[in-house]
Amino acid sequence: MNGEQGIANIRSVLQTVDDPELPSVSVLDLGMVHDVTLQGRNVMITMVPTFAGCPALDFIELNVKKAVEDVEWVDTCDVHFTFEHQWSTDAITDRGKEQLKKHGISPPPENYQPGDEWTVNCPFCGSDYTSMENVFGPTACRSILYCSACRNPFEAMKPVVSLTKS
Amino acid sequence: MERGGQEVTVVENAEQAKKDPSYLKALTELVYQLADDDFIISFRGAEWLGLAPHIEEDVAFSSITQNTMGHAVMFYELLEELGEGNADVLAHERTLEQRRNGIYLEKRNGEGAYHEEPYYDWALAVVRNYFYETFKKIKMEAISTSSYKPLANVASKALMEQTYHLAHWKMWMNQLQHATEDARERINSRIEEAWSEFEDVLELGSYANDMLKHQLISSEDYLKEAWLKEVGVNIANPPESPLGKKYGSGRNGVHTADLKQALQTFAEVYNSDKKAVW
Repeated sequence: MNGEQGIANIRSVLQTVDDPELPSVSVLDLGMVHDVTLQGRNVMITMVPTFAGCPALDFIELNVKKAVEDVEWVDTCDVHFTFEHQWSTDAITDRGKEQLKKHGISPPPENYQPGDEWTVNCPFCGSDYTSMENVFGPTACRSILYCSACRNPFEAMKPVVSLTKS
Repeated sequence: MERGGQEVTVVENAEQAKKDPSYLKALTELVYQLADDDFIISFRGAEWLGLAPHIEEDVAFSSITQNTMGHAVMFYELLEELGEGNADVLAHERTLEQRRNGIYLEKRNGEGAYHEEPYYDWALAVVRNYFYETFKKIKMEAISTSSYKPLANVASKALMEQTYHLAHWKMWMNQLQHATEDARERINSRIEEAWSEFEDVLELGSYANDMLKHQLISSEDYLKEAWLKEVGVNIANPPESPLGKKYGSGRNGVHTADLKQALQTFAEVYNSDKKAVW
């Protein structure tokens, strides 16, 4: 397997590794995979953590390592979290956003700037007739909201963006 | 990179930092302060679990606390890279004298104890967390351009998340100050108390000058002034007395019996089996 093929192969494997707290949303679609490099049969994966206090990070690291080492041609896989590159909710892919909605979680707003008003559409009916119940939710990255149109409670991913972003 | 018009010599990693003993000492002292502050305020926050005024607040406060403990972990891990030892050991095993958190942050949540009858005081929780998160923002901003790159990165990460914590406590602070007479009085008396104890939280201890010299953080004077200015906006009647550090400076390892209690409780399970894997 040459380098390019190998990396594509690994990325397709990462597409199958879900965030344990968001089943059906892969770490790749969440934008947590910064870089994949190969040295022969050894794979190095650099990841960016979502929220620093997220207890799922250790599990994600283990799950990624295990999934990649299960690939036939791979000897070892090293997973490393870096703070050099900051995760922001803008890194979530379109597919990731669709999967979040299926899970009852509204994706974060696009092109959000710090201080902007944050309007959230209901992931079930799409209405913007929604209200914030609690900025803090079951995990650090989520908030709890209520849709007055379809009368469903739902969650949303908090926008997390760099304050220095221009 | 520039800091206050001055060119900053960037130190890229731990190996490079270890080459200059004076730099390394100032850096580790600073990171211990950051780690221990986040650690102890998270411990006091954890003691509120299940006791907050209402269910949504319980969710919010525990989420903030968990995330802040995550920030403490990032700082302890920086210390690990700098050769100070394993992060878990640093959090669990260091003695009182080795701790660098501000003394006000270790204060018990109120009367009683978590496992018995916790008569905790919500006004203390609001004032303490609001004062602390306000300062944390100022400090993280000052560190986000630090000469030590790994520390600057961690500070930028913390800042992106911490904005939600600060907004939460600011909301409580504003609401209670404009609520009933009882709420106002309770908040005001906790503000008075904090005023006589908070100063060492704003300080950097005996290595402050070296921290400044090595471009790790801004000066104490700057940090203090920025904090006073910021809380002045949100406090209806700031105390006229000067800030004090009634019990001494936690930055130099001075602590109270309250920290002893916190560490005993925190490390109880850890001490029962240090080799256990979780």
